[in-house]
Amino acid sequence: MALLELRNVSKIYHLGGEEIRALDDVTLDIGIGEFCSIIGPSGSGKSTLMHILGCLDSPSKGTIKLDGTEIQKASTRELAGIRNRKIGFVFQFFNLLPKLNVVQNVELPMIYSGIGGRERRVRALKALEQVELSNRLKNRPSQLSGGQQQRVAIARALVNDPKIIFADEPTGNLDTHTGEIILALFRRLSQEGRTVILVTHNPEIAAVTPRRIEIRNGKIADKVDAKLAGLDRLPKAAGSAEPVTAPVVPSA
Amino acid sequence: MNLLNTIIIGLKEIWTHKFRSLLTMLGIILGVASLVGMAAIIKGMENGMKETMVAMGGVDKVLLRIQDVPDWQDHLADQAPGRTMLDVEALRRSAPLIRLVSPAMEIEDATATRGEKRTRPAVLMGAWPAVLDMNLHTLAHGRFFNAIDEEEARSVCVIGTGIRDELFGKPEEVGHEIIPIGEEILINGQPFTIIGMFMQYMSEAEIKEKARIAKEGNKQKSGPKRQTGWGRKGGWAFWSKNNTIYIPLNTAWVKFRAVGDLNGVPDPRLTDIDIKVASLDMLEPAIQQARNVLLITHRGIEDFTFQTQENQLENINKQIQNARLSGGIIAAISLLVGGIGIMNIMLASINERIREIGTCKAIGATGFDIFTQILVESVVVSLVGAVLGVGASYGFVQVLQALTPSANTPIITPAAMLVGVAFSAFVGILAGLIPAFKAASLDPIQALRYE
Ligand SMILES: Nc1ncnc2c1ncn2[C@@H]1O[C@H](COP(=O)(O)OP(=O)(O)O)[C@@H](O)[C@H]1O
Ligand SMILES: [Mg+2]
Repeated sequence: MALLELRNVSKIYHLGGEEIRALDDVTLDIGIGEFCSIIGPSGSGKSTLMHILGCLDSPSKGTIKLDGTEIQKASTRELAGIRNRKIGFVFQFFNLLPKLNVVQNVELPMIYSGIGGRERRVRALKALEQVELSNRLKNRPSQLSGGQQQRVAIARALVNDPKIIFADEPTGNLDTHTGEIILALFRRLSQEGRTVILVTHNPEIAAVTPRRIEIRNGKIADKVDAKLAGLDRLPKAAGSAEPVTAPVVPSA
Repeated sequence: MNLLNTIIIGLKEIWTHKFRSLLTMLGIILGVASLVGMAAIIKGMENGMKETMVAMGGVDKVLLRIQDVPDWQDHLADQAPGRTMLDVEALRRSAPLIRLVSPAMEIEDATATRGEKRTRPAVLMGAWPAVLDMNLHTLAHGRFFNAIDEEEARSVCVIGTGIRDELFGKPEEVGHEIIPIGEEILINGQPFTIIGMFMQYMSEAEIKEKARIAKEGNKQKSGPKRQTGWGRKGGWAFWSKNNTIYIPLNTAWVKFRAVGDLNGVPDPRLTDIDIKVASLDMLEPAIQQARNVLLITHRGIEDFTFQTQENQLENINKQIQNARLSGGIIAAISLLVGGIGIMNIMLASINERIREIGTCKAIGATGFDIFTQILVESVVVSLVGAVLGVGASYGFVQVLQALTPSANTPIITPAAMLVGVAFSAFVGILAGLIPAFKAASLDPIQALRYE
């Protein structure tokens, strides 16, 4: 059984009588531990797909199952709980809370899941260690560089030990070098057995992931998604996933 | 999500926008300050009034007043006897529920002189020794007049310290306290010997003022000494109590009434009969008893009525109630205005934080989490405002006291503070509801896409 199962999912917006199909009859499986990218030009529906996969949005048509739960039937409260425990989000603009310091930002998801203060601190510190930011605990987000902020965001996504991590253009606001460090971080998370889904419009970034899901006008372009097209996995492309041996240098 | 975290985040929100928050809280601050301050002033007033009432003789004192005869007795009006010694004797003998009867014959517009100095006493009256208990006087020096003074209509008097101050000099000015026992003064030109003097009666405020002067040393005012007017200090009741001269009742009658009117007939009528009841619980029956007795001595003519201090007390309470009501309304209005300010700022604040709210929802905040967050922030703003308001009311009261040191001290009551704080919290909740609901129902995607 796949971790995520989308069946004939459509997302339709109505704008002044006009029908916009942000997603059009998408059927898709994503298995446990997969590292894949959702790629496509701007406006093709990548974010919409990610929001639906991430239980932030519900489809207009079709069904979606996450870890066995029928998402389109769940209440908003249940969805909040699923997002809290099973999903981690990383955004293009980091989306850290400006008034909280680094540790507090990382603790936030655990506050919503009702974890006690001491355990929160322990787990937040552990997550920050994983992204190698243990030395900036008391800083405000505004006192950090973009790469550091994104690493805090990744720590925040990790802290509740979710099954899936979604990243919407995580390097979109970073320079190439910093972006590479962030990508290496995602690769490492994937190697640790987590399901990681990168949303990007940049083929170079998509090349990092073993599986690519290409979206065009709200539809999956079959020939790119090898697995869904019934083809074998593509042979490793040049420049794609190489195991990271050395720890990532937090030079960002 | 635990409350403490929510409160801390709320406080941070206030702290990051200090000036804006202060402006927002202004309505609440003013509201609470006026509520607490007003309550303090009213409390001070209340204390002052009660103090005054005790100075005037206490709650159990009942005044026997004359009044016009009722309509149906109009034809008997010229036979109305007024208050006489007959009434006094009858009450003393036949009304056991009445503990004390004190007749008085007041001499209006009297002048007391000693050498060059003269004064107009607030009260000059002939009385029985019962007047001491009646008007709650305390003799500090000498003695009060006795039955022999009364019987022989001796020319003796007992004075208050106000009279001494005017005729012999104030201790503050002379440098030592003059006790004029045995001295002779003229009352309306007739010589009287002072045989006793009362203690000095002062209101709380006056006592405080005196203590302050004693501590700081009397600051010499430059320029000519000014008449500060009657009753300025401590109120009329204390002033008139100090400016009292009592003489024996018979003396008053013999010296000031016996010369008679145009017909040469001395007027036997008393100007006052005050009574005290044996027990306050029995006030109604006691008055009824006195009435029955007096209806006999007055041959059925109802030319009298009773005025109890209870009426007075009721009046005081009514006034206080009115003051409270108007003060409360003013405070409530400014608190409501404060609430609108808070609602406004909370709406602005969630608009600024749409992306933050979306982020929180994405990482697992429920609508309820967001709702409580905003609501708590709103309540925190109003409560911080309330606390500042209580502080401001202290300042307000200090300023007031500095401006009018001789007025009744405003007293800040815990009850008023509690009401102020509770009402602010209520206003905070009310003001937060709409913004909180708005924030809670934000669609996380719209919030995340929001630029
Ligand atoms: N709330 C909305 N109302 C109308 N159209 C929308 C809304 N959200 C997204 N869309 C449309 O859906 C399409 C897909 O958007 P999106 O998923 O954000 O694309 P991408 O992330 O690939 O750039 C776009 O054409 C966009 O205009
Ligand atoms: Mg997008």
